[in-house]
Amino acid sequence: MKFGVVVFPGSNCDRDIAMVTDGILNQSTRMIWHQETDIDDLDVVIIPGGFSYGDYLRCGAIARFSPVMKSIIKHAEEGKLVLGICNGFQVLTEAGLLPGALIRNRDLHFICDQIPIKIEHNNSIWTKNYQSQEIVCFPIAHGEGNYFAQEDTLKELEDNGQILFRYCSEKGEINAEYNPNGSCKNIAGITNKKGNVLGMMPHPERASDMALGFEDGKKLFTSLLL
Amino acid sequence: MTQKFNSRVYVTLRPSVLDTAGTAVESGLHQLGYGTVENVRIGKFIELIIVAENQESADKQLHQMCDQLLANPVIENYSFDLIPID
Repeated sequence: MKFGVVVFPGSNCDRDIAMVTDGILNQSTRMIWHQETDIDDLDVVIIPGGFSYGDYLRCGAIARFSPVMKSIIKHAEEGKLVLGICNGFQVLTEAGLLPGALIRNRDLHFICDQIPIKIEHNNSIWTKNYQSQEIVCFPIAHGEGNYFAQEDTLKELEDNGQILFRYCSEKGEINAEYNPNGSCKNIAGITNKKGNVLGMMPHPERASDMALGFEDGKKLFTSLLL
Repeated sequence: MTQKFNSRVYVTLRPSVLDTAGTAVESGLHQLGYGTVENVRIGKFIELIIVAENQESADKQLHQMCDQLLANPVIENYSFDLIPID
């Protein structure tokens, strides 16, 4: 698989992703400067975490107009894979590739932690190497990770199986106590209807190397490999 | 013939969106002794100058700017003033 990692001014998790796709999984990986427009050579486009454009105005609001985004929207419309992690998730909602929005954490604090996440199902190209309802541990690091959408959108996400990841307890309980940022329905990550675009607040790329303590995130990347 | 307009854009959270910063400020005001304050919501104020043929054109362009960038329609409403600069 050919991976491409977008770099906006202010992105800072780009090299961590390449460390996994290239360094650990030996897949062809290149960085995509935000002003490039030719991404035809790529299978998977990843929009990394960070603070694109300083999070000015709204997180991802300005990045979504970078030249590369037109190509990424076309890439997604062609059914190819797009993954947005953290700031990347914010860019995807601002670009309209995913519904809803990410707003300020419920308790206003920037949260840097390693928490249990439930894999809702594995009928997705992104989670096929996991068990359905499996509980994993992913790092989170965000101040605006509170997923919000109107009631009818939330119902659609539930009905279509678009919610892939939820915040939960170590035992898999899904409730407000184990929701770090107040996001609707404890949503930590969703796909679009077709399932080829995934946005998630946790950082799977930071949980893919046993040298860093845990590698629950690795299966997300290996799920994509042929 | 073009005209310059001062514009003041007010971006506010939609009522259905939880405003955690507004809640924090409200509790701050209560602690200061202003117990009668309720429903504090915090929005954004953006100023800009736009050059356009006429008020109608400036108005249309500003709506487009707000729809595309200045406000996120999923979570925000907006309104603006357009004042010609002599």
